[in-house]
Amino acid sequence: MADPVLSVRDLTASFRTEGRWREVLHGVSFDVGPRETVALVGESGSGKSVSAMAILRLLPRDSCRVGGSVRFDGRELLSASDAEMRRVRGDSVAMIFQEPMTSLNPVLTIGFQIAEALIQHRGLSRSAAEAEALRLLDKVRIPAARTRLHEYPHRFSGGMRQRVMIAMALACRPKLLIADEPTTALDVTIQAQILDLIKSLQDDEGMSVLFITHDMGVVAEIADRTVVVYRGRAVEAGPTARIFDAPAEPYTRALLAAVPRLGAMAGRSRPLRFPVVDRDTGAEGAMPETPDTVRAAERPVLEVRDLTTRFDIRSGLFGRVTGRIHAVERVSFSVAAGETLALVGESGCGKSTTGRSILRLIEPLSGSVLLDGEDVMALDPKALRVRRQRMQMIFQDPFASLDPRMSVGAAVAEPLLINRLATRREARQRAEDLLAKVGLSPETANRFPHEFSGGQRQRICIARALALKPRLIVADEAVSALDVSVKAQVVNLMLDLQADMGLAYLMISHDMAVVERMSHRVAVMYLGEIVEIGPRAAVFGDPQHPYTRKLLAAVPVPDPARRRDRHGLADDEIRSPIRAPDHVAPERHYREVSPGHVVQLWGADWAGPAARDVAA
Amino acid sequence: MAGSTLASPSVEAPPRAPASPGRETWRRFRRHRLALASVAVLAVLVMGVLVGGLVWPVAIDDIDFAAQLQGPSWDHPFGTDDLGQDLLARMISGGRISLAVGFVAMAVASVIGIVVGALAGMSRRLLDPALMWLTDLFLSLPQLPLLLLVIYLFRDTLKAVFGVQGGVFVMIVAVIGGLRWMPVARLVRAQFLTLREKEFVEAARSQGATTGHLVRRHILPNALGPVIVAASIEVSAAIIAESTLSFLGLGFPPDIPTWGRLLFDAKDHLDVAPHWALFPGAAIFLTVLSINFIGDGLRDALDPRRVL
Repeated sequence: MADPVLSVRDLTASFRTEGRWREVLHGVSFDVGPRETVALVGESGSGKSVSAMAILRLLPRDSCRVGGSVRFDGRELLSASDAEMRRVRGDSVAMIFQEPMTSLNPVLTIGFQIAEALIQHRGLSRSAAEAEALRLLDKVRIPAARTRLHEYPHRFSGGMRQRVMIAMALACRPKLLIADEPTTALDVTIQAQILDLIKSLQDDEGMSVLFITHDMGVVAEIADRTVVVYRGRAVEAGPTARIFDAPAEPYTRALLAAVPRLGAMAGRSRPLRFPVVDRDTGAEGAMPETPDTVRAAERPVLEVRDLTTRFDIRSGLFGRVTGRIHAVERVSFSVAAGETLALVGESGCGKSTTGRSILRLIEPLSGSVLLDGEDVMALDPKALRVRRQRMQMIFQDPFASLDPRMSVGAAVAEPLLINRLATRREARQRAEDLLAKVGLSPETANRFPHEFSGGQRQRICIARALALKPRLIVADEAVSALDVSVKAQVVNLMLDLQADMGLAYLMISHDMAVVERMSHRVAVMYLGEIVEIGPRAAVFGDPQHPYTRKLLAAVPVPDPARRRDRHGLADDEIRSPIRAPDHVAPERHYREVSPGHVVQLWGADWAGPAARDVAA
Repeated sequence: MAGSTLASPSVEAPPRAPASPGRETWRRFRRHRLALASVAVLAVLVMGVLVGGLVWPVAIDDIDFAAQLQGPSWDHPFGTDDLGQDLLARMISGGRISLAVGFVAMAVASVIGIVVGALAGMSRRLLDPALMWLTDLFLSLPQLPLLLLVIYLFRDTLKAVFGVQGGVFVMIVAVIGGLRWMPVARLVRAQFLTLREKEFVEAARSQGATTGHLVRRHILPNALGPVIVAASIEVSAAIIAESTLSFLGLGFPPDIPTWGRLLFDAKDHLDVAPHWALFPGAAIFLTVLSINFIGDGLRDALDPRRVL
């Protein structure tokens, strides 16, 4: 290998907390060669982001100490002067961050912000900088770049903003691009586009890329070499293919075992638990089959017919309705006892609104929701409160869904007290039992939510949802925010509980790989409508609708050997569900492909770029 | 990545003995040194005005022209005013009214503010804009002419019902409380608007909680932090507002030496008798400062997320 662009040796970092220094990085070493992509992969808190910040000396100096050596282009960065560092950042090393929403200044136009960087670092004149900004926007494939140059960040979608961030990063032709979870906040189809873009720009510009991520699928997709970080140490490093084929360290094995793989479920009809691999020994635990939990013979727990939810957009002095968001449009499905129906789709497709409409947390416009044969829509507020006991919800962000001022025991006991199902003492006892059931010790009942890790918090939320012995649980992205290994544990827990208690899950998720693992049936939503629904094996094995195919094609595959060629995904965005107030939803027709597998007949609008993608 | 907001030790940290919530709050409050010192200062002030008269039994209207405008001495620890009246005795007597006005007016303003803010924050239809218009209306009212009008209209009625001092007290508290609830209302409404969309509120709603339960158990406790701070500022504002009213001759009769009144009387003699203004000024200052620190301490102690 030629001389590395970036060479990190024994990088350590300590933070001062409450007067004591605590080391969080214990000597991380790796190289990034010219034109090479190196992935730093690890779970939250492993120290991967801290490494990147330490390399660029972005950590606060008074509360953080960095040791070791970072050589960039033959120069030592850790001992460089502040002025030198400023030149290095932005000039030869550029960084893009996870949150494209917050990294752009909302009151300045996109063009101005890019031009700013060019004027500052490359000394261009204002007019030359604007011309260059336009060229950069074209380069990151922003459609109609010339007009969009003068628009403000809020007019751009998440994916487009990330493109703008990349354009800004490229402005000074950096030698090294540090990308800190650049696609984590994006939808799969958009993620695939951005990864593609980074790859092709890297070829054009001859940059090296240091890619920080927790997603093994993304690693397999993009990295030449991989460094696995665990508890502040680089536990394993090597070519990506080798790491995936023959992981040497127990932790890497545990991590890979927990990665859901799309397509791993071919030929199985029931959900499958994740294998449990010990992090220290690497020994694989037994993997019991899940029993058949679906009670197909009984009347379904939940029957939804023609559910429609729209939100009015009002504007003007008198709040005239100027448009409507057709969030959910004539959606119908049913869930049997012990069955998991997954509702998949990208952000803004109406899947969360569907879940909330079923519980009437959002009032739907029309349609019927039958819970055990009883129409939820017809209930008065009091009866509705009682009926909600039988359908509970688990939310995406377990921290946000727990009251920060309430101890965990009180939070789990609360549903019982609200519904006057138990005395204070009984509720307390039940809460401890429930915590034990989800694998937390009963002594934790007195602690507050902020004292727990993400996975533990989600267990608490599950315990709270179970308190009322529900028939149906609506799990809204319940595992999306969790680390891979924690995700695997929570999925296993949910499968066990389903087997134990015969729960029906309505699982709302954008994570196709987890959906494939957990669900019995799948419904694909697009712009508020279900475009395809059927048994999991049928939908994943034989997708019919162009959107389903597009969605499946975009999921990163955690297998470097099957890395897709440059697939030339179109740069289209997810379309908006906003319609004029007098819009009449078109009549839809459906076709049954195989028993239970129904697909919406698609019109001419799918014959365009999306269809080409599928053909490619 | 797991979405956590505050850096905090997770449960793997060494376990500590669980404590009852009240005791835990007290333990956390005690960690706030300034707040603890402020409790002591405020306690001294309150005890001083309540029982100080027993320890220092000097008449407040004992005129002694031989001892005009004297500085602090053993006979008169806080000095005397231009009529030779003992300032310590006058401060003890007037302090009762100043502190009472401060606290009661704060309570009135906070209660009105919280109720209006909560109603506006929870309503999704017409009540919210209506209440906010009302708030804006009150904010835009010119306060002094209004005060004059209120006092002109109601002074005699109130005096007839509550007696001279009581009538003025009720009027002043009502006027100050009634004209200073708007900041609290806006604060509470803003807090409610964000909190009611939080997932933990939605979670409780999906478990069948009534709106009342949501407000009492989840929304209000989480909204209280900034309200406590705002309310503690209200106390000082009320004490000062009372002195403004006294200054204009609209408050208590001139023979009742509230702290504000003392300051007002002292202003003409600042060059020869600075102590006359310094002691009541210091009393107001200490009260306001200690209440603010106690507010800070309470906010931190009641928030379990803060590592203390």
